[in-house]
Amino acid sequence: MTKQIVFAITLFLTLGIFGFTIARIIRFFSLTRKGFPVKHLGKRFMIMLKIAFGQTKIFRRPVIGFFHAMVFWGFCIILFGSIEMVIDGLFNMEKSLSFLGGFYKFLMAFGDIFALLVAISIVIFLIRRIFLHIKRFEGIEMKEISHIDANAALTMILILMLSLMGMNAAYVRHAFLTGTVTQATYPISEHLTGLFAGMSADKAFTMYQIFWWIHIVMIFIFANILPYSKHFHVFMSIPNVFLSRLEPLGKLTNMDNVTKEVKLMMDPNAAFEAPATDAPIERFGVKDAEDATWKNYFDSLSCTECGRCTSVCPANITGKRLSPRKVMMDLRARMKEKGPKMLKNGRDFDDGKSLVRDYITEEELWACTTCNACAKECPIDINHPSLIVDMRRYLVMEEGSAPGEIKAMFNNIENNGAPWQYSPEDRLLWAKDLEINVQ
Amino acid sequence: METRKIEVPVMADLFARGEKPEYLFWVGCAGAYDDRYKKVTRAFAKILSYLNVSYAVLGKEETCTGDPARRAGNEMLFQMQALQNIELFKGYEIKKVITICPHCYNTFKNEYPDLGAEFEVISYVQLLDKFIQEGKLKVTTEKFKNTRITYHDPCYLGRANDIYDEPRRVIKSIAGDIAEMDRHKSFALCCGAGGAQMFKEAEKGNKEVFLERMEDVLKVDPDIVATACPFCMTMMTDGIKYKNQEERMKNFDIAELIAMSLGL
Repeated sequence: MTKQIVFAITLFLTLGIFGFTIARIIRFFSLTRKGFPVKHLGKRFMIMLKIAFGQTKIFRRPVIGFFHAMVFWGFCIILFGSIEMVIDGLFNMEKSLSFLGGFYKFLMAFGDIFALLVAISIVIFLIRRIFLHIKRFEGIEMKEISHIDANAALTMILILMLSLMGMNAAYVRHAFLTGTVTQATYPISEHLTGLFAGMSADKAFTMYQIFWWIHIVMIFIFANILPYSKHFHVFMSIPNVFLSRLEPLGKLTNMDNVTKEVKLMMDPNAAFEAPATDAPIERFGVKDAEDATWKNYFDSLSCTECGRCTSVCPANITGKRLSPRKVMMDLRARMKEKGPKMLKNGRDFDDGKSLVRDYITEEELWACTTCNACAKECPIDINHPSLIVDMRRYLVMEEGSAPGEIKAMFNNIENNGAPWQYSPEDRLLWAKDLEINVQ
Repeated sequence: METRKIEVPVMADLFARGEKPEYLFWVGCAGAYDDRYKKVTRAFAKILSYLNVSYAVLGKEETCTGDPARRAGNEMLFQMQALQNIELFKGYEIKKVITICPHCYNTFKNEYPDLGAEFEVISYVQLLDKFIQEGKLKVTTEKFKNTRITYHDPCYLGRANDIYDEPRRVIKSIAGDIAEMDRHKSFALCCGAGGAQMFKEAEKGNKEVFLERMEDVLKVDPDIVATACPFCMTMMTDGIKYKNQEERMKNFDIAELIAMSLGL
């Protein structure tokens, strides 16, 4: 009974804090701009199965991708056991889902195997991060805190896995000592029962309970730390993949507010047909966090700073300041800074800073070749180029700011219909004296 | 060998005579003005004539699609160009457009429909592949069978539009095989000229992107670097010069390779 009460309090505390955090984040979304409507649910579901559950994009790096997939699939299977632990804790039951029979036995056995596989993968990740110099974990955006953040989360996952195996081993040992039958077999942990050699049945049961509590409390702590760390992607990445942009990577979003203006310019008669609206004039492009779409912000929250995007960025590879990962991290950081103040003081709140310039410099924005390597590489379908171009849109259309040669290119297109300074009269010069050999 | 003169049909002339060609051949600014890419335009026009394809060009009426303006953030200018082009196409009742520039292709195909465009867009690479598959373009590996060819994927055919296999099939049809670079298909490295970079100096860094890409090429050590984009061509040709490889390798567009293999 005491266990039940203590557990219930712990659980509600966890859910309470988690709910508070999520509600806060959802309010930040209310500040963002409209993005694309979420349609084609069937197609989205298939993309989610393929890219999130199938881990297809993570396998673009086959070796380290394999270990990530182990962790992901492990989590999916182990989650079942965690749900059982919550039911057990709340209703003072023991292995409450074991009535599922063969299916239960299957999940428990694989959960046990995956606990070891996840633990091994995590150790490999930690070694890579601490001892090997992996270029993509470095960069101007990677501060000391980013590394601490990563290593702390990995350590927690390791503790989760070790406590799970400890729990299973103690459970098996206790069953052996009391001559009862276990509800499932634990192919890995049953070899670890030696840890409890010499213990009485009661003592083994106590160890089982200790590991049980360590595991479940760590899950609760982990869940509440995640939203404040880069590992928020544990929650966000699957929905982010579900909410993927469905259009070809090469497509940029049309600015409908510009279309209206251009049509008015081209056809003055349309001015009389267009109904006057009282809607506030929308800013062109993205200057600050609130100008980004909900999807840009979703992307930024889902980013786990793995740096695959930056590692394939031609600008970054050749030493330019642009880093697609930094663009995502900057948006997230700027919203964290400005969002609460906007919620408190209203949308017009101005702290004299902005995402463009104070976080992301013009130099970074103009270095992008829009090659889409970053978006192609991102394991969870984050789209960086669209946000980069939206910031260029702000610079060009609101401030008239662009490198001199780019302005010259604009002028050329306006004046002679080509990015270079040539006359339209010369457009057919290539066709002069064209001959074909006849066999 | 005998030669035949080709008159490139112009849309306005055909329309005046009441003729409607099947395709509009959209040349693009690089195809019209860039001295190197003009040769690609000529090669492709030769192939079209060789196949008796019903087509026309816009000539002096052609203008920029607006792509570099859009990618550089000038949405206003892009949309003015786009709406103007859409009107022009409607006037000529154009239903199918062939482009030899992946940037034009991408903008027409993916972005113009938002502004009311309703025409089919075909990349010349897709068309060449189709004609070869259908047996209309009879190519052999005779000319290039002992030539080592690598292919540099343009971002705007590859990642942007998932066109990876068509250019490879075309090259294989004339060379038998392709010597792939480590980074190819969706992993291909950009030449450095997309997103309006073509028109400006690069930001400060420690290397030019095209030289980074050229090193991928050098590892393969091909006789020919095949490209399918005017900007990539500028960058690859420059790269060959910078690395003093002009004696060792040449850069050709896929259309040129086909025209050469047909002896046009």
